[in-house]
Amino acid sequence: MFRTLPDLPGAAVRILIDGADVAAREGEPLAAVLLRTAPFTARTTPVTGAPRGPYCLIGACFDCLVVVDGVPSRRACMVPVRAGLRVERQHGRREAAP
Amino acid sequence: MTPAARAADIVVIGGGLVGAALAYGLARAGAKPLLLDGDDRDLRAARANFGIIWVQGKGPGMPAYQCLTRRSASLWPELARELAEASGVGLDFRRSGGLHFCLGADEYAARAALLDRLAGELGTDGYDTQMVERGALERLLPGARLGQEVVGASFCAGDGEVNPLRALHAFQVAAMRLGAEIRGASPVSHIVVREGAYTLSTPEGPVRAGRIVIAAGNGLGPLAAQAGLGVPLRPQRGQLLVTERLAPLLPLPTVPLRQTAEGGVLIGSTQEEVGRDTGTTVEGAAHMAARACRILPALEHMTVVRHWAGLRVMTPDGHPIYAQSPDGGAFVTLCHSGVTLAAAHALEIAPAIARGALPAALAPFHPDRFHVPNTA
Repeated sequence: MFRTLPDLPGAAVRILIDGADVAAREGEPLAAVLLRTAPFTARTTPVTGAPRGPYCLIGACFDCLVVVDGVPSRRACMVPVRAGLRVERQHGRREAAP
Repeated sequence: MTPAARAADIVVIGGGLVGAALAYGLARAGAKPLLLDGDDRDLRAARANFGIIWVQGKGPGMPAYQCLTRRSASLWPELARELAEASGVGLDFRRSGGLHFCLGADEYAARAALLDRLAGELGTDGYDTQMVERGALERLLPGARLGQEVVGASFCAGDGEVNPLRALHAFQVAAMRLGAEIRGASPVSHIVVREGAYTLSTPEGPVRAGRIVIAAGNGLGPLAAQAGLGVPLRPQRGQLLVTERLAPLLPLPTVPLRQTAEGGVLIGSTQEEVGRDTGTTVEGAAHMAARACRILPALEHMTVVRHWAGLRVMTPDGHPIYAQSPDGGAFVTLCHSGVTLAAAHALEIAPAIARGALPAALAPFHPDRFHVPNTA
């Protein structure tokens, strides 16, 4: 689907997406990594469970919500990649358990 | 060229929850009402409400209002069934009982005292609202961890909830299917009464009506005066927050938290006297959010996705106003609790208006109650 530009700045790092080890560049938006990593989605919706992926890429549409280092509902397009980031795709409604 | 005046037997002025419920009830009773709704930029309390059908705590000083509230809440299950069928719109209605949270012993004591007063004024055996202490409250809310300051709540089994935007839509659709006509962007700017008929000024020209029902919310005052009824009212601002959609957390509606069928937790509400200012404030949001987190600490980590405000209708004593003009042809309906009272409006008050007179039980709601005689 998408590939990284050959001259992308930032150090080569590894992050975890749903437990899988994925290559990324430090400082690039997490949404960019999701867009080139199958199945290219970020979350499923709370009401119908339909899949959603990064869309607006400017923080407005909230379609790229993921769990980042244990914190749900982070907008992947607003999260710069750091080495060792732990990312989980978010499914349905968020739990508000104590 | 002036367009020819349109004519209707009965016109409802105002297409909010009150007007739409009355138009539905009139159409259901066999009338062919014309509903004239206001402009998109008009004040619309029906887009800022919380969606609770609420009995508890209402009506201090006015037992007739306690009775009306209970009557309407008890009619809601029947209304919800027939309205969903008539409109095809799901309402997310449930009558599950409701809670009003008390933080600290003082709030608990004040709430208990209010219920004692209301029970005494209503004067029936077996009052339907009780105080529940923390242990019983935890059993009512098995999925929620309560903050340490929560000492208890009041509980009323007659309380419930509905999606208020869907209810408004359902009333409009069902009314039209039953023969009502609804015209949007048709604010009535002036009413002239002549020879037992009413001429209403609208942007698209005059509308003539045999009878009128003024349900124009915060815009009602001048229109009621032109129809011969002095009605005191003022806007009261209510700000609301809603969180992202969450897994089921609250099995029943509460003050100040309600979880919608889709999962968002509504957090209400301010009650502010700021004239016609519909803005939101950081202070208002912070106040509501802080109280919500004192009740349910898990909300601290949840994301608020929307913050808005609306101007709700308030009367000098907080109770509704229903009146019929001296000439009999104009009716005024005004209330703060358009959701709770929608069932009474649709199923009982509208049919009475269609027959030509307000129900006798509504006599205490006449605005004459605000006319304090001058002392010599």
